[in-house]
Amino acid sequence: MQLDFSEEQRALQADVRRFFERACPISTVRKVIDSGDSHDPVLWKQVSEQGFLAAAIPEAFGGAGAGYLELCLVAEEVGRALAPLPAVSSLYQAAELILMTGSDAQKRTWLPRIASGDVIATVAVAEAAGNVAADLISAQVSGGKLTGRKWPVSDGLVADLAIVAARCDQGISLYLVDLASAGVSRRAVKSIDPSRPQAEILFDGVAVELLGAAGEGLGLIDAVRDRAAILVAFEQIGGAQAALDMARDYALGRYAFGRPIGGFQAIKHMLADMYVSLELARSNSYYGAWALATNAPQLPLAAATARVSAIEAYKLCSSNNIQTHGGMGFTWEFDCHLHYRRARYLASVLGTSPLWERKLVAAYRSAA
Amino acid sequence: MNFDDTPEEAAFRARARAWIADNAPHALKPELEVAGFGHLHLQSTDALAASKAWQKKKAGAGWAAPRWPKIYGGGEVSPIEQVIWGQEEGVYAKLAGPFVIGLGMCGPTVMHWASEEQKRSLLPRLAAGEDIWCQLFSEPVAGSDLAGIRTRAERDGDEWVINGQKIWTSGALDADWGLLITRTDPGVAKHRGLTMFFLDMKSPGVEVRPIRQMNQESSFNEVYFTDVRIPDAQRLGAVGEGWSVALTTLMNERQSIGGSMPTGVPELFDLCRDMDLLDDGAVIARLAKFAARSSGLRYTAFRSISALSRGEQPGPENSIGKLVAGSLMQEVAQFALDLEGEAGLVEDPLLAVHQGRFQAMLLRSPATRIEGGSDEILRNIIAERVLGLPADIRVDKDLPFKEIPSGAAAR
Ligand SMILES: Cc1cc2nc3c(=O)[nH]c(=O)nc-3n(C[C@H](O)[C@H](O)[C@H](O)COP(=O)(O)OP(=O)(O)OC[C@H]3O[C@@H](n4cnc5c(N)ncnc54)[C@H](O)[C@@H]3O)c2cc1C
Repeated sequence: MQLDFSEEQRALQADVRRFFERACPISTVRKVIDSGDSHDPVLWKQVSEQGFLAAAIPEAFGGAGAGYLELCLVAEEVGRALAPLPAVSSLYQAAELILMTGSDAQKRTWLPRIASGDVIATVAVAEAAGNVAADLISAQVSGGKLTGRKWPVSDGLVADLAIVAARCDQGISLYLVDLASAGVSRRAVKSIDPSRPQAEILFDGVAVELLGAAGEGLGLIDAVRDRAAILVAFEQIGGAQAALDMARDYALGRYAFGRPIGGFQAIKHMLADMYVSLELARSNSYYGAWALATNAPQLPLAAATARVSAIEAYKLCSSNNIQTHGGMGFTWEFDCHLHYRRARYLASVLGTSPLWERKLVAAYRSAA
Repeated sequence: MNFDDTPEEAAFRARARAWIADNAPHALKPELEVAGFGHLHLQSTDALAASKAWQKKKAGAGWAAPRWPKIYGGGEVSPIEQVIWGQEEGVYAKLAGPFVIGLGMCGPTVMHWASEEQKRSLLPRLAAGEDIWCQLFSEPVAGSDLAGIRTRAERDGDEWVINGQKIWTSGALDADWGLLITRTDPGVAKHRGLTMFFLDMKSPGVEVRPIRQMNQESSFNEVYFTDVRIPDAQRLGAVGEGWSVALTTLMNERQSIGGSMPTGVPELFDLCRDMDLLDDGAVIARLAKFAARSSGLRYTAFRSISALSRGEQPGPENSIGKLVAGSLMQEVAQFALDLEGEAGLVEDPLLAVHQGRFQAMLLRSPATRIEGGSDEILRNIIAERVLGLPADIRVDKDLPFKEIPSGAAAR
């Protein structure tokens, strides 16, 4: 048994980390936030050229064909760097859905362009408050035309392609929508994590193409999110580790009552709890990585477990990082809130904890 | 990244499985499966005798202390093979209770510090369960602050004379040998005046008094020493080097405890299934969070095992096992009793829900959070050794021991 990554995989991770340290310092993240841009196009181009995020797309479709274990480690570095990139939308979800259920023609049309970064794709499911459910979807397709309103759509303003969940005669289906088509109008909506922007998209009789079997939309979303949850968990542990490192460094350098605040047990024990929470999430995520890479029958349980604990770890580490920084932690200038915001984005984007807690218990139940 | 046995591991597993099939006390299996948390009780036979019999049998085939050198009664297996053995031994491992302290802590300390002759005479008996060992460290005035112990050892020719008191000594009543830390020099700083011995628990002047625990059992004891004589040959390490010897024990303690601690989570799932609560939103929310922590512990242990089998030393990150398991089990037990409603009040195993296992967990779990390094001490270890934060301020560090102020003793 080896519940760990190989030396080659660790070497790749170290390369990716060095790349982000050089190409994505925190000033890059700040620039996207301050300018209101959707992402950093220069960084996106560089990442795409390196092929990091296309690690799991087969070579036949323009990807690097390395595999999911490699992609997990790339995701950890994306999370650590707070990289302002549409990875969750375009790679972990849209590309996966097309791979999972697309026709050969659809794969050949879209995957190479997603892999090269020329096309940014996203997934548009939500329309209202509450986790995904059939009765919350009213967008509709009839006669091959889509009408409805989707919000929030992550990376919706910059995306070229959307996979939209909408109603049809057979139930909820998924559709590929070229967002340059006539009848699409969209606007940015203010995002809790401005480095991961959100949009509202209106579809008014837009031509669409069915993706996967009709009526299977929610099942497909559920299945792809099991896979994406594991990649997102790696972003979360990367981010949580960065937040813990920040808190530790600040606790060593900041003095109060004549000594470093990191010498006070209240701070020490708070940081120890952050570490524990992160290690549990990390171990669950490693198990998830194994399940993802081997397409194991345990994937749904592993995904839900990784997600529940990674959400918790990043929330804890990012909020306690602010606490450790005192007043400084509450400023715009310090980076603590960037993790706090990113933790929230990642906790919401694939559906929130209550949904995944239900999935965890259901999966545990059927595994037993 | 894989969970598969290598061909060598698979062959080892087959060998372990076959041996267990031929030798385990299968008649005890049903009883062991439901045996609860805390001390082992068996209806059909004397638990200690059953434990000794199984340990002896294992020793004959090298399974008793699998990692140890063969000359000391071990089986010289690799770390990963020990894990495989543990997986295969399954419920029968519950019989090892009386030997855990000896095998996990005292044995490794003896192996590191005793003379070759002593090792060859003591360790095979320990491994075979012929001798039970106990750990005589904690005192009324000193638990977490172990270096503050006061039991005196004074030299008299080739012997040492021991006077003082230990407390919370698990298994002392059944023990043949004890690992004893003493103060030999109160005139120097507290970590520097300590010396370690091992001692025959039947020595004149040793008196063991069981302590009744909050869960009505009495696994731990007070041990009094009145002019007890120990030959100098039974000293481990140099005079004044006791602290270093104790660190060998404590390091092994955390390692052996950290492995695979029960959390009560699978049992909680069973309860929820039996009570048809697995569709209840409030139950799901708690259950999922418990399960995620428990699973995190399991795979953290797997990561340590992976590191071990690559030949790396497991580090202080091992401390999280007991820290997480203790409070997790306590919360699980409280939640289970919430679900049981008023029936949760019943401890009587014949009537109680699920044989009273959650009541037993409730009453045993506080000990997990204290024994072998309390939650607070473990958080300090993580903060200092893993995260590199400053040590606590220690006002007594450089004072001669006899000038250190002390408050109320634990008893
Ligand atoms: C079931 C059981 C079995 C045991 N078996 C054995 C055995 O076989 N042999 C043996 O030698 N001992 C044994 N012990 C003793 C055990 O090791 C001690 O109880 C433990 O180390 C705590 O010491 P204490 O009881 O003196 O509590 P104290 O050290 O007095 O601690 C009291 C409280 O103060 C906190 N505290 C202490 N120091 C600090 C600090 N620096 N920072 C923050 N908080 C602090 C503790 O965390 C705890 O909450 C056993 C204990 C139990 C419960």
